[in-house]
Amino acid sequence: MAVFIDLMLLGMLAITALRVIFLKDLFAVVMLFGIYSFLSALIFVNLDAVDVAFTEAAVGAGISTVLMLGTLALTGRKEKTNNHKSWLPLLVVVATGAALIYGTLDMPPFGDPNNPAQQHVAPRYIQDSPQEVGLPNMVTSVLASYRGFDTLGETAVVFAAAIGVFSLLGLPKRDRAAIESGLKSHLVLRVVAKLIIPLILLFALYVQFHGDYGPGGGFQAGVIAAAAIILYALVFGLPLATHVLQPSLLKVLAALGVLIYAGTGVVSLFLGGNFLDYNVLASDPIAGQHLGIIIIELGVGITVFAAMLAIFYAFAGQAERKNIP
Amino acid sequence: MFEQHLLVLPIVLPLIAAPICILLMKSHLAWVFATIISGLSFFISVDLLFATLEQGVLNYAVGGWESPWGIELRIDAASAIVLSVVTGISTLVLVYAKESIAKEIDSSRHTLFYSAHLLCLTGLSGILITGDAFNLFVFLEISSLSTYTLVSLASDKRCLTAAFRYLVMGTIGATFILIGVGMMYMKTGTLNMLDLANRIAEYDGNRTINTGLAFILVGVSIKLALFPLHMWLPPAYTHAPSAVSAFLASTATKVAVYVMIRFIFTIYGAEYVFFTMDMDIILMVLAIVAIFKCSFMATVQSNIKTVLAYSSVAQIGYMILGISLVSSTGLMAGLLHVFNHALMKGALFMAVGAVFYRIGSVDIKAFQGLGKQMPLTMAAFAIAGLSIIGVPLTAGFVSKWYLVTAAIEQQHWIVAFLVLIGSLLAVVYIGRILEAAYFKKPSELTEGKTIKEAPILMLIPMWILVIANIYFGIDTSLSVTAADTAAQWLTQSIPEPFVSIPSVVTEETIK
Amino acid sequence: MSFIIDYYNYWIVVFLMMAGFYIVISANNLVKKVVGLNIFQTSVFMMYISIGKVTNGSAPIVAEGITTYSNPLPHVLILTAIVVGVATTAVGLALIVRIKRAYGTVEENEFKDKDDLI
Repeated sequence: MAVFIDLMLLGMLAITALRVIFLKDLFAVVMLFGIYSFLSALIFVNLDAVDVAFTEAAVGAGISTVLMLGTLALTGRKEKTNNHKSWLPLLVVVATGAALIYGTLDMPPFGDPNNPAQQHVAPRYIQDSPQEVGLPNMVTSVLASYRGFDTLGETAVVFAAAIGVFSLLGLPKRDRAAIESGLKSHLVLRVVAKLIIPLILLFALYVQFHGDYGPGGGFQAGVIAAAAIILYALVFGLPLATHVLQPSLLKVLAALGVLIYAGTGVVSLFLGGNFLDYNVLASDPIAGQHLGIIIIELGVGITVFAAMLAIFYAFAGQAERKNIP
Repeated sequence: MFEQHLLVLPIVLPLIAAPICILLMKSHLAWVFATIISGLSFFISVDLLFATLEQGVLNYAVGGWESPWGIELRIDAASAIVLSVVTGISTLVLVYAKESIAKEIDSSRHTLFYSAHLLCLTGLSGILITGDAFNLFVFLEISSLSTYTLVSLASDKRCLTAAFRYLVMGTIGATFILIGVGMMYMKTGTLNMLDLANRIAEYDGNRTINTGLAFILVGVSIKLALFPLHMWLPPAYTHAPSAVSAFLASTATKVAVYVMIRFIFTIYGAEYVFFTMDMDIILMVLAIVAIFKCSFMATVQSNIKTVLAYSSVAQIGYMILGISLVSSTGLMAGLLHVFNHALMKGALFMAVGAVFYRIGSVDIKAFQGLGKQMPLTMAAFAIAGLSIIGVPLTAGFVSKWYLVTAAIEQQHWIVAFLVLIGSLLAVVYIGRILEAAYFKKPSELTEGKTIKEAPILMLIPMWILVIANIYFGIDTSLSVTAADTAAQWLTQSIPEPFVSIPSVVTEETIK
Repeated sequence: MSFIIDYYNYWIVVFLMMAGFYIVISANNLVKKVVGLNIFQTSVFMMYISIGKVTNGSAPIVAEGITTYSNPLPHVLILTAIVVGVATTAVGLALIVRIKRAYGTVEENEFKDKDDLI
């Protein structure tokens, strides 16, 4: 059954990808990308990667698609037909694909528990991490503790992206007297949004702190919380949103999250451990691990929330500027 | 108490400093702070270099988790040399940047510039220090993302298209590396570099491993701008702000060269890459074509930054040529050139930036008659230019000397000859600029205007690099010893503690 | 037959990767290029997640009565890679917005012509 579902999803993905190649309407292309992202999230669930599926759905189908649509609003939705078609890209792709297929021929069989990937490093994460780190969600244990340095880098990447977008687009000024925008005239939308935004924020908090036990964690929580405010900005207008959460505050928060994460590592240095060694944070190693993971997940959540929202503000600010004649 | 933690500091210091820069708000404060942090990293790196020369390898378990389960940091002479270059150049460029970006970047973006610069430094240091293949990818992306930002900060609109092209190519390269790392993981179950090395050595001619190697090499080649994948580099270096060009030209591609060395010599093993897969022939041909094609391109450009950018691609050819000679001397020549080229290109781009600061153009016409008007800047340009050509008593001569020696050792007489011919092309493109500066009348751009010498804050870092060019051209003991130790280390053995089936490449098997 | 069962997943994923890769290098419109990059990367993520799948395994969260778990390590790597992907997308799109403002177009051949004129 799982094989059948897998095949069906993969087939749908292939059709979506092919449609994207030939479509000229960029709005449709972006929507198809959202679908692609959702479908791949389903595949991830089918392959037991629930945390990844969660993130892919929130990021690929959520944030990325919103940003792409925002860009289209500024650049136009039609792709122009290009007359001089070249065979070179097709040639490169066929060659690359052939190389990859050649590479698959010696791959270990799909799903076999005796594959090298399942044998060497991974068993410790599966067998010992619930005792060593004390969390039932092994993905969180590996992410935040064993490979916590990767995650620190990942937080820095988000921060770097925020810096990039700030420098390219600038942040909108906080301005109450700005033109009316948003979808205020739609009563139904307003009411629904008012009902749903607190729930989304609550859910974000749940995801933030429940990541140790179930799928979730700082990254997903940050994205979801940002989505709540994005919804607010879409319905009630950017000026109002920037009044509630100021762009300059977001800049500070984005920086703060990175500092919290890296700071945790420095604290463990001073307490006599290695960088990011949470064992030394409390008298009992398990408690230390737990404390460390909660703090760094908070750092990730804050940076991701602030960076994603600020990036959205920057794009939305451009669109508002365009609307002013 | 930080003695045993020194290894992690060159990554963590700039990583913590980058967000603080944003919080400082004031351009001047951010400048002082960033420069101090970068300088501190430089001193730590030099300390680490001497430590590796004495002790061989230093390692560090992040989070206290032993490898291969946790992420291991690991530094040997090769990484320490490049790390010292990166942090050193970064510090000098930051000193230089204050005046330079005041002219080229809008003042509201100064703190963002310093923050992005520090993030880039974090990424580059991370790549050099990490001992984990996936962690390398993460740091590669930190440095790349901040690089795209840095390039796009210039005021000329062409920097935007250059940055976008760089972003697309860079991301394709990174994704190729990701595919390659995935294939390696699939067959070995590990991501730690040493552990990977031992487990890959157990396979002989496996198709998945071969493909993984191919994808990693292509991905890294994009990042280091190996011909014919170099097309992103000339526009990016031409249109970036001067301080950014100076920093990137002397560090980013060098770090990518290091990544290639690391994957070839440490992870896959020279024997496998060069004798089983015959990569040496491919690399050698591409390197030689790069030297000639791009040196020639450099001779016909009128924008001096484009000249230097093409010259960079050609010089990368020399480094790859050193690697492709498959000997300890060749690798040492390659590493030495990484070091020396950073010194020359840094100085050259700084000099060109100083000209832009005073005249507002980097066209060859702007250089006419500058020998009299900006004597110190042009003297710096001239000396660094002689170093690019490879004139004796400059650093450039030393690396070319060892490169030719290595080629002759391997009886590649033609290669040795081609290296010498390639230098003649450098004579043409550098000579053309010097001719304009010293023997031509000022053009309409500068005629009748009094042009002042560059500000002192730009001249000091420029001349430190120029003096380094001469110093390392005369007293080669430090640079050659370090490069030699690194090359010996890389080509001789895979060290403890993971030795199960060591893929030892000794001098004998290579010859 | 078992050969196909063993590898069908990887083959389709390779096809998806190449579809994305083709969009990146062939598209003339910059937004479409970025969409292509995303499809390319998402497909690579599928390859990683496929590596970690264990037949009859379940999600790597400790639960009673379950003995076989899929491998959590690829999941962690891909979580990081997804974040890297969205960061790149954001910067790429911001560049596109600026390019549109500076050149008035986001079609590669059109601004290339304008670049050459300068």
